[in-house]
Amino acid sequence: MSELNKVSTAAELFANGESPEILFWVGCAGSFDDRAKKITGAFVKILNSLEIKFAVLGTEESCTGDPARRAGNEFLFQMLAQNNIAVLKGYGIKKIVTTCPHCFNIIKNEYPALGGSYEVIHHTSFLQQLIDEGKLKVEGGNFKGKRITYHDSCYLGRANDIYEAPRKVLETLDAELAEMKSCKSRGLCCGAGGAQMFKEAEPGFMEVNVKRTEEALEVNPNIIASACPFCMTMMTDGVKAKNKEDEVKVYDIAELIAMGNNLI
Amino acid sequence: MHLIPQVLFILIFGITVYVASKKYMSIRRNILLGRDEDLSDNPALRWKNMVLFALGQKKMFRNFIPAFFHLFIYVSFVIVNIEVLEIAIDGIFGTHRFFAPYLGGFYTFLISFIEMLSALALIATFIFIIRRNIIKVKRFTQPELKGWPFKDANFILLMELILVTAILMMNATDYQLQLRDAEHYANTGKLCVAQYTSNLFSSVGTENLILLERFFWWTHIIGILFFLNYIPYSKHLHIFLAFPNTYYSRNEKKGIMQNMPVVMNEVKTILDPSAQVNAIIDPPKSFGAKDVTDLTWKHLLDAYSCTECGRCTDACPANITGKKLSPRKIMMDTRDRLEEVGNNITKHGKDFSDNKSLLGDYITHEEIRACTSCNACVEECPVNINPLSIILELRRYAIMEQSDAPAAWNTMFNNMENNQSPWQFNPMDRANWIEEIK
Repeated sequence: MSELNKVSTAAELFANGESPEILFWVGCAGSFDDRAKKITGAFVKILNSLEIKFAVLGTEESCTGDPARRAGNEFLFQMLAQNNIAVLKGYGIKKIVTTCPHCFNIIKNEYPALGGSYEVIHHTSFLQQLIDEGKLKVEGGNFKGKRITYHDSCYLGRANDIYEAPRKVLETLDAELAEMKSCKSRGLCCGAGGAQMFKEAEPGFMEVNVKRTEEALEVNPNIIASACPFCMTMMTDGVKAKNKEDEVKVYDIAELIAMGNNLI
Repeated sequence: MHLIPQVLFILIFGITVYVASKKYMSIRRNILLGRDEDLSDNPALRWKNMVLFALGQKKMFRNFIPAFFHLFIYVSFVIVNIEVLEIAIDGIFGTHRFFAPYLGGFYTFLISFIEMLSALALIATFIFIIRRNIIKVKRFTQPELKGWPFKDANFILLMELILVTAILMMNATDYQLQLRDAEHYANTGKLCVAQYTSNLFSSVGTENLILLERFFWWTHIIGILFFLNYIPYSKHLHIFLAFPNTYYSRNEKKGIMQNMPVVMNEVKTILDPSAQVNAIIDPPKSFGAKDVTDLTWKHLLDAYSCTECGRCTDACPANITGKKLSPRKIMMDTRDRLEEVGNNITKHGKDFSDNKSLLGDYITHEEIRACTSCNACVEECPVNINPLSIILELRRYAIMEQSDAPAAWNTMFNNMENNQSPWQFNPMDRANWIEEIK
């Protein structure tokens, strides 16, 4: 199984005179957060199982600057973003895949104005392309009889109009898919965006993630599927707040595909 | 003697249109107090947006019931202008139903069509009054609507009732007079509503009936001229501004946040002192927005285009979980403050300062901090208003000019600066996951 976990850094490939087909932008959550690291691991296994030649930046990767920019700190954002652009330029990176919708949005939509233009793709769209091309197939019936509801990430959905790719990927699992009452362009936020993840919420009568979790639980799912490491945190906490962690699990779409193919 | 009504009409018409146009011009001036923003690219797409969203009401139909009834009022408002044009011609030249002899059977169809839409608009107006005052739909009872906005909304509905009733009764009395072959009352053909409603007046003497017909005619046109003057002070301005506002909507992905070239260049020269940057960019007078004049003209056009329907606030995750933030209030505050700034300029000249500002005196830090930048408000707005963009500009001011951040955000900033991550992890541990997943 060791080949499945093989990860090269761009620096290592560069030293061998190689360059990656695609750079996997891991993001801060995917690198440091214990739960999100499992998503990173699952996605790595999918990439290796399909023999896709990828690299990561490793310790050369920095935060994209998204929470700083959304909080209002443009200077800090510019410092981080311009450093990242310089690193990506150094390795001649042209194509980036990322498991984080916030990294995806900012690199794809906001780095070009700073001089960093790449083909940027979120992992759900990437998986959908692989499925469409026939390269990725989900073999086992591991999800037969399971009920899955997908929680739209704001930064994929409304921010970038990506609603279908995550759903198309989930369809391959042979599970029962249920939509929440507010979904797609009406999907309710998990409460983490705009740097809310990094501070207490303002006073109110309930937390946004609990509200969203209630909407998810209304459709009686076995699994809540997410496509964002921050939604993952919020929905997992929400399920715990509702004391449903034994019955309802929260998984990223990459994890579900990896589980479907017995990679994890 | 018979010239008196004509002179009176021309005087009333001229004065009211002049007074209204002055107010509309002051709104234009206020909008242009905003910073420059180039939204002139891709005119084909812009026309398409206007046709889809303003003319075609596309986003209204995300919410079918109100969209359905709103459509009656909207279409009848657009179509009734043909009849208003005729009233204006008749008023000025002393004619009666000027178009009737020229259009013949088509005139009968046109007036019947207007009558039918007016009747539907009457029903819709009643339903809207009920939704606001009896059912009390949640988005119409939120705190920012207390006081003037609530009265404004009901007053507009009342005005619509009066205008629509006047036009229906004008036709009813007119039709009754035609049945009696009264002099001066041109034959319109059989009108679809008036053929029935005219019976209401069958027992009224012809002389009194003429007085009644004139009364409804004058009520309708004076009502419209009054409304024209009322609209620029009310939320109802959307009936005009929905069109430019959708034309000038931002066409990029909603996730995008506007770049700040001045900051970008400054950071470029810090990172690489030899970098060639474009130094001719005018530095803004502040980073981000403290007051309405720090926003762009599109933000300000957004504020005047808002009809306070509250679809944004209804969808806002912060608002529905009890936080103070309401995207609708952001728009209403922006407009109120802009009106205040505009009035100050009119009274005291353009350099006058009242030491007030949008952020602080109208919108609090607590409100803007509660935003998750989820774009639900932007998605919902039927006329493509973007409250999020204003919130983010205010946040930039709060952080970069006032250093006013919650402690947790300052910690996050420090971590990002020192550890290149929002959390306090050693940046050298960033790739540890590679070993951990094995």
